[in-house]
Amino acid sequence: MVITRRVEFSASHVCRNPDLSEQENVNLFGMAANPHGHGHNFVLEVSVEGKPDPVTGMIMDLKQLKDVLNRAVVEPYDHRFLNREVPPFDRIIPTTENIAREIWRRLSPELNGGGRNLQSVRLYETPDLYVDYLGE
Amino acid sequence: MFRVTRRYQFAASHRLHSTHLTEDENLRVYGKCAYPYGHGHNYQIEVSLLGPADETSGRAADPAILDGLVAAQVLKPFEHRNLNAEVESFREVVPTSENLGIEICRRLKRHWRSVFPGEWPKLEKIRIEETPRNIFEIKADEIE
Repeated sequence: MVITRRVEFSASHVCRNPDLSEQENVNLFGMAANPHGHGHNFVLEVSVEGKPDPVTGMIMDLKQLKDVLNRAVVEPYDHRFLNREVPPFDRIIPTTENIAREIWRRLSPELNGGGRNLQSVRLYETPDLYVDYLGE
Repeated sequence: MFRVTRRYQFAASHRLHSTHLTEDENLRVYGKCAYPYGHGHNYQIEVSLLGPADETSGRAADPAILDGLVAAQVLKPFEHRNLNAEVESFREVVPTSENLGIEICRRLKRHWRSVFPGEWPKLEKIRIEETPRNIFEIKADEIE
């Protein structure tokens, strides 16, 4: 069985690879390469797989999941310029894929165990573009 | 591994009517979808790709490349068209959303290598929302 919790954060980012020229960055990332950055209302859906506890009837307390998401993701990411303010995005390009993988890294130690596993991290950059990270 | 999903919209009309059935049978099978002059939908299409993140770009797929392929193969030929009358593939095939999903998958697969020549990303699936309540999904490997 799978439970999913959704949270939102608004943040800015810029997609540029410092090893590429200006023109190569524009060719690769388009408008997302604008060095001043741009923002999105990111929507994050985190799904946890497990069996309901025989006593509580819950895979995990959704309130606890909400607290983990707020502490590990929303508080550090919300209303920040990811490249400048949120490591490791000073070194790693904050594409939607890389943000989803970083969120997975932050969450999996907190959510795995006790018969539960992080199943997927879905990150919407816009309502029309989203990425699921499914683990390595 | 990543799944990248892009959402597109187009509006089109269709009529569900099979030449293999009588008029009565068509009405029984398809109901108001068989009315002779057709009707339309705001189709919402999701295209999902699978792949690892590329080291240079940090992305599993370039959405702009997918946009170009979907625009050329799906949006341009289908937008504001009567699927039965104006899309060759539906002259003989009933344009149900099942068949629309198969056709979209075929079109994308046929031209995939010309825009994504590498091993990744792969086309994983197509999801069609004919209305917000009628949803169809087809995996790319379900068809040849």
